[in-house]
Amino acid sequence: MKALIIAAVMAMLSLGSAPLMAASSGVALDHFEVDLRDQASLQRGAQIFTNYCLSCHSASLMRYNRMAKDLGISEELVIENLMFTTDKIGNTMDVAMRPEDAKKWFGVTPPDLSVIARARGTDWLYSYLRHFYLDDTRPMGTNNPFLVNASMPHVLWEQQGFLEKDLETGEMTVVREGELTPHQYDEYVGDLVNFLAYISEPSKLQRLALGKWVLLYLALFFVIALALKKAYWKDVH
Amino acid sequence: MSKIMDWVDARFPATKMWKEHISEYYAPKNFNFWYYFGSLALLILVMQIITGIFLTMNYKPDAELAFASVEYIMRDVEWGWLIRYLHSTGASAFFVVIYLHMFRGLMYGSYKQPRELLWIFGMLLYVVLMAEAFMGYLLPWGQMSYWGAQVIISLFGAIPVVGEQLALWIRGDFVVADATLNRFFAFHVIALPVVLLGLVVMHILALHEVGSNNPDGVEIKKNKDANGKPVDGIPFHPYYTVKDLVGVVGFLFIFALVLFYAPEGGGWFLEKDNFVPADPLKTPEHIVPLWYFTPFYAILRAVPDKLFGVVAMGLAIVVLFLLPWLDRSKVRSVRYRGPYFRTALLLFVISFVALGYLGTQPATSLYTLLARVFTIIYFAFFILMPIYTKFDKDKAVPERVTNQ
Repeated sequence: MKALIIAAVMAMLSLGSAPLMAASSGVALDHFEVDLRDQASLQRGAQIFTNYCLSCHSASLMRYNRMAKDLGISEELVIENLMFTTDKIGNTMDVAMRPEDAKKWFGVTPPDLSVIARARGTDWLYSYLRHFYLDDTRPMGTNNPFLVNASMPHVLWEQQGFLEKDLETGEMTVVREGELTPHQYDEYVGDLVNFLAYISEPSKLQRLALGKWVLLYLALFFVIALALKKAYWKDVH
Repeated sequence: MSKIMDWVDARFPATKMWKEHISEYYAPKNFNFWYYFGSLALLILVMQIITGIFLTMNYKPDAELAFASVEYIMRDVEWGWLIRYLHSTGASAFFVVIYLHMFRGLMYGSYKQPRELLWIFGMLLYVVLMAEAFMGYLLPWGQMSYWGAQVIISLFGAIPVVGEQLALWIRGDFVVADATLNRFFAFHVIALPVVLLGLVVMHILALHEVGSNNPDGVEIKKNKDANGKPVDGIPFHPYYTVKDLVGVVGFLFIFALVLFYAPEGGGWFLEKDNFVPADPLKTPEHIVPLWYFTPFYAILRAVPDKLFGVVAMGLAIVVLFLLPWLDRSKVRSVRYRGPYFRTALLLFVISFVALGYLGTQPATSLYTLLARVFTIIYFAFFILMPIYTKFDKDKAVPERVTNQ
């Protein structure tokens, strides 16, 4: 009985993890392993992000100088190469396009990307950005299985080229090659997703760095607390 | 030093209170693992209040600013991310601890005479805590905050005649809006915490009046030595202060593990959809309440009629209040209870956990059927209790506490 109760409670504690947010289309996501310690990847991601994403999307919760500090880029370098919409390093990554224009051109205001990696998940971003395919029925000429009828055009077409989708099998084939090989393009998108993961929670770098020391401290404290308890409880029978 | 204390004691019962509640409060010596959760709940309450104060310094209760102000705390406020995660992880930890604390009471009969009021105060604490958590969850103003609140408040609309007016009155608007956010903020940061603190004082005063129960369910006050001290009792301080310290550090280790390495709790503590700002025009595909409400949400959905569903959900909590009077057994602890109660308790725990799981899942026909079965078991545990506890084959309870 006792064992059963304990087992039941343990089951209650380990509820498992919440179901992964399935893409609305039901297409399986490709996995991407985020590595926030790979500073070179984050720097490349920052370059892609500021050059391609930031013209339509904002990241209005992310400051340039915070990025410079966390990614080991000098502020001068950021001002010269990565800042196109503002001249103050302490500003956030706002977008030059006015929301009304965006609505007129794309039908929707492109969402802010500050915490998109936490809302959509990095696997979704990694899959989404690699699967734009040609579709004449769409105003932008492309569609995406991970966000059906997405208003966003295939911004990275120069790098990836264009894909065509077999309507029966769903398989995608390259119909026009881009500047990068498919493998290089996966890495390219990987860097961008890595960067999006970083801006969704810049403090994660500090969190992971601090965590092990807190746990070490608590483990030592536990040993001492246990010894203290035993010493006091010697005379209790 | 003693002169200072004499001066104080002549004006305020400091030493008297210290003795009564700490150094000369005799607790049974046989507390086991399950007895850590009371002090842990108090620890989390204090932590939530302190982190809450610092969050309030930077949070903006305004529909236009709320979402960004939470991210401002996460990014620009010194140690803001730590304070925020302490608070958000603390909320879930609070319910883990409280559920284990309540299960302990159920298992060892801690609600039985003379501890009925102690149990009632505890149940009131649980209900107020649920309200506190519900209102707090609106504050980040994400999609799940918004739509969760929308769904729960609309339940009041099921009440005949006054329902819609009542829901409107609670929201302060026709949909969840800025007015709702402001009033929930007021309730979350001041009104409900004041009630919680008051109830905690009453809970502890009631406990110290009747004395703690223990895993054997033996009344230690029945066996006193020549000085009038319970033979099986030991002073709370230093014995249980040092023992609870072990529990506190052990708890903090697990807590830190979650806080530093999985603050989203796999999507259960911080939901993915809550990283999308609230949008009154866009309903999320799948609205799930927070994990600690899901058993009751499953009961709500299990009942075909909306009004009766709401009633069933309310009753699922009300029946817990009645426990001291539903239980007819003379034995407290599950250790000496007969097979009927043991089986019933096991089935109850299984149903509660299962309902909790089902509440997180889409209501398919199979899941709805399962939710109905478990809802019936949930209520049967209480409704049939006067019968099965009366005719149960309880064992003999020892005179003194055991070392088991």
